[in-house]
Amino acid sequence: MSTILSIKNLSKTYASGLTALKPINLDIRQGEIFALLGPNGAGKTTLISIVCGIVTPSGGSVLADGHDIVRDYRAARMKIGLVPQELATDSFESVLATVRFSRGLFGRKPDEAHIERVLRDLSLWEKRNDRIMTLSGGMKRRVMIAKALAHEPRILFLDEPTAGVDVELRRDMWALVRRLREQGVTVILTTHYIEEAEEMADRVGVIRKGELIVVEEKDALMRKLGKKQLTIQLKDALTEIPATLGAWPLELASAGSELIYRFDAKAEDTGIPPLLRQLHELGIAYKDLNTQESSLEDIFVSLVSTRTEAAA
Amino acid sequence: MSALIANPYGLWAIYRFEMARFLRTVWQSLLTPVISTSLYFVVFGAAIGSRMSEMHGVPYGAFIVPGLIMLTLFTESLSNASFGIYFPKFTGTIYELLSAPVSPLEAVLAYVGAAATKSVVLGLVILATASVFVPLHIAHPFAMLGLLIFTAATFSLFGFIVGVWAKGFEQLQVIPMLIMTPLTFLGGVFYSIDMLSPAWRTFSLFNPVVYLISAFRWSFYDHADVNLAVSLGFLLGFFAVCAAVVTLIFRTGYRLKN
Repeated sequence: MSTILSIKNLSKTYASGLTALKPINLDIRQGEIFALLGPNGAGKTTLISIVCGIVTPSGGSVLADGHDIVRDYRAARMKIGLVPQELATDSFESVLATVRFSRGLFGRKPDEAHIERVLRDLSLWEKRNDRIMTLSGGMKRRVMIAKALAHEPRILFLDEPTAGVDVELRRDMWALVRRLREQGVTVILTTHYIEEAEEMADRVGVIRKGELIVVEEKDALMRKLGKKQLTIQLKDALTEIPATLGAWPLELASAGSELIYRFDAKAEDTGIPPLLRQLHELGIAYKDLNTQESSLEDIFVSLVSTRTEAAA
Repeated sequence: MSALIANPYGLWAIYRFEMARFLRTVWQSLLTPVISTSLYFVVFGAAIGSRMSEMHGVPYGAFIVPGLIMLTLFTESLSNASFGIYFPKFTGTIYELLSAPVSPLEAVLAYVGAAATKSVVLGLVILATASVFVPLHIAHPFAMLGLLIFTAATFSLFGFIVGVWAKGFEQLQVIPMLIMTPLTFLGGVFYSIDMLSPAWRTFSLFNPVVYLISAFRWSFYDHADVNLAVSLGFLLGFFAVCAAVVTLIFRTGYRLKN
């Protein structure tokens, strides 16, 4: 797959002396959905803002579809659409006027058919003549997405697109992102809802204190760092774990009625069969078993916290 | 020019957006200056003006018209242009302008062009209002129009700088209220500086507004308080300074970009 966005040694130190980005290298592939994860203040928004031209980089370079974002900013920016994190809209404008404005601003000649398509896709068509100030927060968010799509960008940045939106809109948003990908649009999103990245992303990047610590296919990341968990529902609750089970890292949960065993899913020997045999020998009866993979969220938390410990 | 304006759609979009803002409140925008100007005519033209002698052969009521138009032109250009760029900074919608393939020149032309357009329209409306109250005579109509447009553009450019600089609504008001209003009132809107004592006259010559009003009044009545060339030099100089500051703002990203 070809690279649509190439970030080389990109760094940013603000005038206050705060280093928001240490030199970052990242290639985004044409047509993928890339999720950028990281705690608050990690540098996600700074990274996006530099690529979109809102923040001036301190060093490094970015090519958007082959165009340097500084030297050839017009061509680069025409390819990029941005939906920022903060809701910022022109309250007094109508939906239609503001979306038309965005298309013109990005150097595209008027195309009412495209605008109608975008507004319909976002369920905004009925509201097209309403003033933005009369819309709900979720609708305003849709308006911002419509503005970002008005000029038919090839790369779309969604900075926390679903922060503070209801479940329905979030689902709509996911559907929209998938449709965009089908049309060949590359989507880069930041999110706090790891569930969202897990659901949507092809690849995941984790950024921490201005450093990109992991960039990986989501599935590979989950396989590599994922743990599995076996939950054994006991017939009779235990007060403590018998000493003969010491070979397994077990935990008691739900007031002693569940035994939890975490294991490495990739290991040849998961340790499950001997554990079950041992339970049988001890006469510990169980009603149910289930295994569960750790979520991207667990992986993310462990990644970020491991690094914190390492840094400390 | 085509190399400089590579994104005419962008320029036009901003210009239209700004004009739409003006048209949404067109009645307030036009009525306020028309009412205040009419009040000036009632008070200074009719009530006081009838007791005033002619100024350089011009009835007093007619004499104050160019100055009143300039007064509106200064304040409206300043506030329109400063508000136009300050408001997106305030609401956060500036992100879109900053991330758009729009060059600084295009952005300035659009914002300043829209602000200047509004002021010129207002200036003409005031001129029309004035003609209802006093007999008007315009000796150099093209020069008058040229000065009107260029002054509006210059003060809109100045307003753009104020809008970028301002960190709050109070600061937006500071320059028009604290600097422009006194300079204009003392700049000969209501009198000719020839009427002042020599000391005050010399002092007045340090007020740049004197030169602008003098030149504009010349275009009406063919009489200038100060040398016309000096006036034009002042206007061009002020324009050049503003243009240089705007260039610097975009080069450094001052208060627009981190």
